[in-house]
Parts: sequence; structure tokens; C-alpha cells
Amino acid sequence: MLTLKNISYEAEDNEILKGVDLEFGDEFTVITGPNGSGKSTLTKIIAGIIKPTEGRILWDGEDITDLSITERAKLGISYAFQQPVQFKGLRVRDLMMLAAGKDAKFNDICDILSEVGLCARDYIDRDLDGSLSGGEMKRIEIAMVLARKTRFSIFDEPEAGIDLWSFQNLTYVFEKMRKLINGGILIISHQERILNIADKILYLKDGETVCFDKRDKVLPLLLDNSANGPCSILKEKMGE
Amino acid sequence: MILDSIQKNLLHEVAELDALPAGAYNLRSNGKGVARQTTANIDIVPKDDKPGIDIIIKPGTKKESVHIPVIISESGLKDLVYNDFYIGEDSDVTIIAGCGISNCGGGDSVHDGIHTFHVGKNAKIRYVEKHYGEGEGRGKRLMNPTTIIYLEEGSYMKMETTQIAGIDDTLRETKAEIAADAYLEIKEKILTTGNQQARSNFVTNLNGDGCSCNIVNRAVAKENSYQFFDSTMNGNADCSGHSECDSIIMDHAKVAASPNLTATCEDASLIHEAAIGKIAGEQLIKLMTLGLTEEEAEEQVIAGFLR
Ligand SMILES: Nc1ncnc2c1ncn2[C@@H]1O[C@H](COP(=O)(O)OP(=O)(O)OP(=O)(O)O)[C@@H](O)[C@H]1O
Ligand SMILES: [Mg+2]
Repeated sequence: MLTLKNISYEAEDNEILKGVDLEFGDEFTVITGPNGSGKSTLTKIIAGIIKPTEGRILWDGEDITDLSITERAKLGISYAFQQPVQFKGLRVRDLMMLAAGKDAKFNDICDILSEVGLCARDYIDRDLDGSLSGGEMKRIEIAMVLARKTRFSIFDEPEAGIDLWSFQNLTYVFEKMRKLINGGILIISHQERILNIADKILYLKDGETVCFDKRDKVLPLLLDNSANGPCSILKEKMGE
Repeated sequence: MILDSIQKNLLHEVAELDALPAGAYNLRSNGKGVARQTTANIDIVPKDDKPGIDIIIKPGTKKESVHIPVIISESGLKDLVYNDFYIGEDSDVTIIAGCGISNCGGGDSVHDGIHTFHVGKNAKIRYVEKHYGEGEGRGKRLMNPTTIIYLEEGSYMKMETTQIAGIDDTLRETKAEIAADAYLEIKEKILTTGNQQARSNFVTNLNGDGCSCNIVNRAVAKENSYQFFDSTMNGNADCSGHSECDSIIMDHAKVAASPNLTATCEDASLIHEAAIGKIAGEQLIKLMTLGLTEEEAEEQVIAGFLR
């Protein structure tokens, strides 16, 4: 479905991505790796938010490198931001309706909000501004992508700020979504529980692919106990 | 009274009225009062020394409304009107004003409305005002609303004023004298485009202990338009005043904000916040990832901002 060919990104003389080659299909992929390794940058390049300095992006074999964010969104790429954007005067219902599209029913939107653990009645008319808590913003960010029901959905650290009790539920939401859209899901995460439900795991470090393979192959490497294993930072993050 | 389709549309835009409203009203069209209705508690009396009306609301009047729309469809008409509101003690009413100008001709059409509110003790009013212009003619559509507010002890006034489209030039003057324990809230929303100019001057005097006010201005200036927001707040007692001016600037527009705070009492607490900036890029990006074009995204951000 999505092919990245030799993607490089340079900003202020830093090589943030160094010629990455990747192929994403109809599966559930989790990207993990140390802070600053280029995970968000990579997914922003997929969504068209930043342009790679080199390389091409193909969607079903067609070159989409020069397409805008809007055009890629219309093709079927969705993106949930690591840091949700605040708006003045726009309400949860406004953004959800825009995400769900013209033909969406109000009830469907309410259902999606309850899937991410928000009671629609309490939230639908709230402003998407600083008055919502971090976790609430994050849930709405996820809900918007769910509402779009596109073939390829990207979530940048969806679990950040979500409380422990709701976490399990969130993993169900992703599993259910994958069945529903019959497409690809790409999640950036540092959480073992998310890694555990992945089909494939991409481990990114210093802007390069360390490994990208089936979960069973990559997970043991990541959880390797040897102090100099590739992922000591990751283990710290996961509180091991 | 027969209204043509232009007049009907103006009435819809400024007062959301498709028929004459329930309750008290006074409809002014092309410089003349054309329809009026009073109620047992609300009297409307034309002035005999100058154009305009006195709206007299009996003490204790609750849950009633007054509509006083003004529409101008004659090109080149210069309309000046004085409306005085006497709001009786302990009443609770809604007043809906608004002015619509449709100018398809070559002459400038002007409406200058001077509204004075005498809000009695412990009375509560909501005042909604909408200004709208349309028409392809060369003639300008000009509006200069002046609002003078006297809030007596314990009274409460909430004013919402909106000017979203079609007024070429506007000078808005709003002055308020606020007595003890009274509260004033003003929400002003202005969108200017083309070569339009809008100036808004507020002077608020917080005179009595325990009084407060909140003045919020939301402005969007597009293309070559110009907006100037000037707010003077004087804290003369144990009071609290907050004013805020938040503007989105686009294209080649120019926006100026000039807040002035003066306290003459040790217990006065006054705050002004002013921000001018373009639409945050990340807001547009977020909306574009939902499939909106950049232009559609801008429209959404502005519509929300001016809601
Ligand atoms: N515009 C930019 N200019 C300079 N450096 C940048 C720019 N954008 C990103 N970077 C740097 O690129 C690196 C990768 O950033 P990115 O946000 O992709 O990391 P990440 O893997 O998502 O990290 P985290 O786990 O903390 O979210 C970081 O070191 C960041 O500081
Ligand atoms: Mg990141």
C-alpha cells in the first residue's frame, strides 16, 4: 500500500532521516525507538506535513511525494498528532463532523467518542481549547482518526497521557479498528502492551532502520536483557 | 406594512426574523418607523425633538424581549437615530437590535445609532446587536454605533455585538459607567475584508465597590482592511476589570490594539490581554489532515474564532 524509497530529511544541518526504505501493507505496525530518533518526522513525511529532502513516497505504486496534505488525506491517510492542536471557538462536534465527513450521522460520532472513553453528552459541545485536559485532548485526537475510517491511519504516541485504567481499552480500540478498515495502522509507541499487539515492529534509531520485521522476531531483541542491547533506552522507558 | 425581498433578507440577517416577532418591537425602515408593538410592560414612545424612540420597561418585567431592527435599502440615505432604553429595577429582558444596509446605488448609505441604556437597580439585560451590509453599488455602507451604558447598583448587562460582513467603515463608541456590585460583559466580534475600516473605542468606568466588567474583542482582518481597538478602563473603586483583544491578521491587513488601564483606587484590579497574530499553521495542518483544503481550513478557523 505505502512504499518509502530512500527517504532522507535534513534540518539545520542535522540528518534526521538517513535514506530509509520501508514498505507498509495492510497490517498493524508499531514504530519504536529512542527519543529524537526520527519517528514523528517519518510519519509527518508520510502525511505530507513535511517534505523529505530526498526520496520518494508511493501509494499503491503511484508517486505521491509532491501531493499536499489535503490530497493525501483524501487518498486515505489519517494522522493523529503526538501533540493535539488547540482551537479557539471550534468544538469537539465541529472537528468530529469534519473528520467523519458530510454523510456521517451524529450518533456515529457519539459512538466513536464513547469508544475512546468519553461520554459524548459531556464532551460534544466543549471547545477544543486549553480547557480540556491533556488526556481528553489525546482521546479526541484518536477519535478524529477513527471517525475518518481511512485505509491508512497513523497514531503518534496515542497512549501518552492516557491513564492506566483506560489503556487496555485503547488497545481493543486499535484491534477493532484494524478489522473495520481492513487497512494499515501505524502506531508510534514505547509501550510493551502496544508492541504486543503489533504484526510488525519497526525499530528506528538515529534516523535509520535498526530492524523492521514480524513482532516475534523484533520483540525479543528489544527486550534483550544485555546492558548493551540495542534498546536499553527503550527498556528504561518501559520501566523495566 | 409591506417589505420587499431585500428588506426581508436584511431583517433576517440582522435580527434572524422572518416575520414580525412576538413581544414588543419597533421596525425602522429607510429612516422611518414602519411598525411598532408595545406590551403591558414595555412601552415604545417616539421622540418629538429628534429621530428615535424611548423604550420604557416597567420595573419587575421578566422574560420579555424587545426587537428594534433598522433596515436601509435606499441608496444614499443618511439615517441618524437616538434610542433611549429605561430598564426598570429588577427586570430581566432581552433586547435585540441590529442594522442592515443594502446599497446597490452610487450614494453612501449611513446609519448612526446612538443607544443609551439606563439599567435600573438589580435589573438584568441581554443586548444583542448585529450589523450587516450588502449590495454591489459604488456607494459605501457606513455605520457608526454609539452605546452609552449606565449600570445602577447590582445590575447586570451582557452585550453581544457582531459585524461580520459588508460594512465599509465603522466607528464604534462604547462608554459605560458601572455602579457598585454591577456587572458588564461585552463580546464584540468584527470581520473586515477588502478596504474596510473598523475602529472600536471602549471607555469603561468602574465606579462602585464590588463592580466588575469583562470586555472581549475578537477580530479578523483580511485583505487590505484596517482595525483599531482602543480600550480605556478606569478602576475607581474596589472593582475588577478584565479586557481582552484577540485578533487574527491575514493578507495585507493592519491591526492595532491600544489598551489603557488606570486605577485610582488601591483595591482596583485591572487586566488587559492583547494578542495579534496570524492563524496558527498547525491549526491549518490539522484540518488539512482531515481532508480540508487550505482555504476551507482557514474558513473553519475563522468561523470558530468569531463564533
Ligand atoms: N525542524 C527541525 N529543525 C531541527 N531539528 C529538528 C527539526 N525537526 C525535528 N528535529 C530533530 O529531529 C530529531 C527527530 O525528531 P522527531 O520528532 O522525529 O523524534 P521522535 O523519534 O518522534 O522523538 P520522540 O520519541 O521524543 O517523540 C530530533 O532530534 C529533533 O530535535
Ligand atoms: Mg515523536
